[in-house]
Amino acid sequence: MSETSNLRDELSSPPKGPTRKQIWVGFGVLVGLVLIWMIVAQWPDWLDAILISKKAFLSAILNGLTLAGLYFLVASGFTLIFGLMRNVNLAHGSLYLLGAYVGYEIATRTGNWFIGVGGAFIAIALVGLIMQILVFRRLEGDDLRQTLVSIGISIVAADLMLAVWSGGTYQILTPEWISGAIKLPVVTAERSNGTLVFLKYPLYRLIVLGVAVAIGVALWLTLNKTRIGMMIRAGVDDREMLSASGVNVHYVFAGVFALGAGLAGLAGVIGGSALSVAPGEDIRYLLASLVVVIVGGMGSITGAAIGALLIGLAEQIGLVYFPTYGVVLTFVIMVVTLAIRPEGIMGKRL
Amino acid sequence: MSLIETLRDENQSGPAFIRHIGAGNIILAVLLILYPAVASDFFLTQIGGYTLIFGMIALSLMLLAGYGGMVSLAQITVVGVAGYSVAIFGENSSDVMGFGWPWWIYVPVAVLFAATASALIGLIAVRTEGIYTIMITLAVATAAFYFAQQNYTLFNGFPGYAGLRAPEVFGVNWRDPLPFYYLCLGTASLCYAAVLYGAQSTFGLTLQATRDNQRRMRAIGYNTTAHKVFAWFLSGAIAGLAGVLLVWFQGRISPGTIGVGAAVNVLIIAVIGGLRHPIGPFLGAILVVMMQTFAIDIVGAERFNTLIGLVFLGVVLLSPDGMLGLWEKAKPYLKQNSLRPDP
Repeated sequence: MSETSNLRDELSSPPKGPTRKQIWVGFGVLVGLVLIWMIVAQWPDWLDAILISKKAFLSAILNGLTLAGLYFLVASGFTLIFGLMRNVNLAHGSLYLLGAYVGYEIATRTGNWFIGVGGAFIAIALVGLIMQILVFRRLEGDDLRQTLVSIGISIVAADLMLAVWSGGTYQILTPEWISGAIKLPVVTAERSNGTLVFLKYPLYRLIVLGVAVAIGVALWLTLNKTRIGMMIRAGVDDREMLSASGVNVHYVFAGVFALGAGLAGLAGVIGGSALSVAPGEDIRYLLASLVVVIVGGMGSITGAAIGALLIGLAEQIGLVYFPTYGVVLTFVIMVVTLAIRPEGIMGKRL
Repeated sequence: MSLIETLRDENQSGPAFIRHIGAGNIILAVLLILYPAVASDFFLTQIGGYTLIFGMIALSLMLLAGYGGMVSLAQITVVGVAGYSVAIFGENSSDVMGFGWPWWIYVPVAVLFAATASALIGLIAVRTEGIYTIMITLAVATAAFYFAQQNYTLFNGFPGYAGLRAPEVFGVNWRDPLPFYYLCLGTASLCYAAVLYGAQSTFGLTLQATRDNQRRMRAIGYNTTAHKVFAWFLSGAIAGLAGVLLVWFQGRISPGTIGVGAAVNVLIIAVIGGLRHPIGPFLGAILVVMMQTFAIDIVGAERFNTLIGLVFLGVVLLSPDGMLGLWEKAKPYLKQNSLRPDP
């Protein structure tokens, strides 16, 4: 279906003058150049006056990118599950929080952070598998009831997690060698005696960003270059045809649900190490995934990445430049997207 | 479907007056009016008033979900708009805002604000369909909660507003249990009757037809978007009235009042009661309020959410139409099936 619409776009576009795509690429290059200049150059005073300082601005951008990485990890599972099964799993935030708690327990007992991350991924993937087989499979095709059931599960889960881990705040400790800050090769200021001040940033947060990018690329390659990915994409477009061509859709469903849930659990440990683990985080990350997939387009990994970038950057920039209205900025992005493209930036038409 | 129900209702026998209002509704009204004769103050306000208020909020959701096919999680946000308007334009004891307007100005303003806010949320939500509405309204509700919590100039942040009181009008202190119960009963009955009437009006039928097949309605020439947004407006007016009563009842409003837990609570009440008839939300409200009040003695206050969550799961999995659905299932056994005329 998308091919026909592409064809129609090409046919209807005027033969002369820059096309829409060229305009967008040009715009992107321009923004990129400005950003590079802002990172490399010594800031003039007027720019400092507008954006507080180069250090504050760059920190906000880096924090935004890290947060975007975290949001992407949570939202990619959400969007995969939605795209394939039309299942709005509102218990996704609970999976995130449960992953964080499980990761905390495993990491503190074994003393190894990496076992904690892997253990949480496997544990939450299993929880997701059980949820899919026992509950959601029975309600297949009934979107509304699936969503209501996932709300019920999230209520019970939040209460039971409160019972087990109480209301306290936990911090998952990362290994020594990835804690602490590193100097980035970016000059923020020059002292009067001529020495340069470099930007310092926590190494762990950069690793979060790296992990998110790696997982994103891996997901994209799996979806676009492998046979399993082909099945999943076919399932997104037309479940019945995939089933008719001899694929057991239920295995694909269960596998994707487990993967999506596992990613939420993994994000829980990674996020719980960067920030902290406490009751209420489930709702925060549920909201984040909701907004990210609404903005990015549901069922699209690329869309989740774009949405996560927009929302993560908006949240952190908002936090620095207009503190009490940060949430509103997120909200405005969502409303504007819905107004212009109701299906989301990378979404398909409903 | 509801058209058939309407026709069936008209086939019932009895005097015109009773037939018009419905015998069940008249019995219900008499019972509710006589309720204070047997109820203590606690049962009047904490059970009676509270049930009616939450029934109204859930009714505003039922209107959207049952007749419009749009399940909203932002009803509590609309309630909050009315509640915060009362705190800002009326009097409060928090030394922030509080313009001190008289009640006959700030109540209509609060309800109008709520209805407008609801229409705006609807304007966003109707751009997408079905399951997306839940996601968008949940995002709206959560964003509103965080905004109210962070903003001190307008919403007084985390503590919110306290010292909100129902006014004294005509020499009656509407804060007292008995007047407050009747105030809630009167408002709830008004909304209930309005929804019942509205469902059979041209607008209501158009809305239900749009729910069943939007594309066809658009093809006939109806502006389906306008009808839906107007439904959001009406629903917002009901939620707004409930919001005014709620802050008078609680005497305060804070971000916790409009939190995600509260938003989900409204959905739970409506779904447990049933979304197919306006009486459903009130039935659900009775059950949930009773559970909130008495189940705490059994399971303890800490694990209450587990209990209500499990009840909700049970209802969704076993009886999709809630308590009303159970009633529909039980009906054939109560009446003798063979004596009924074929439909």
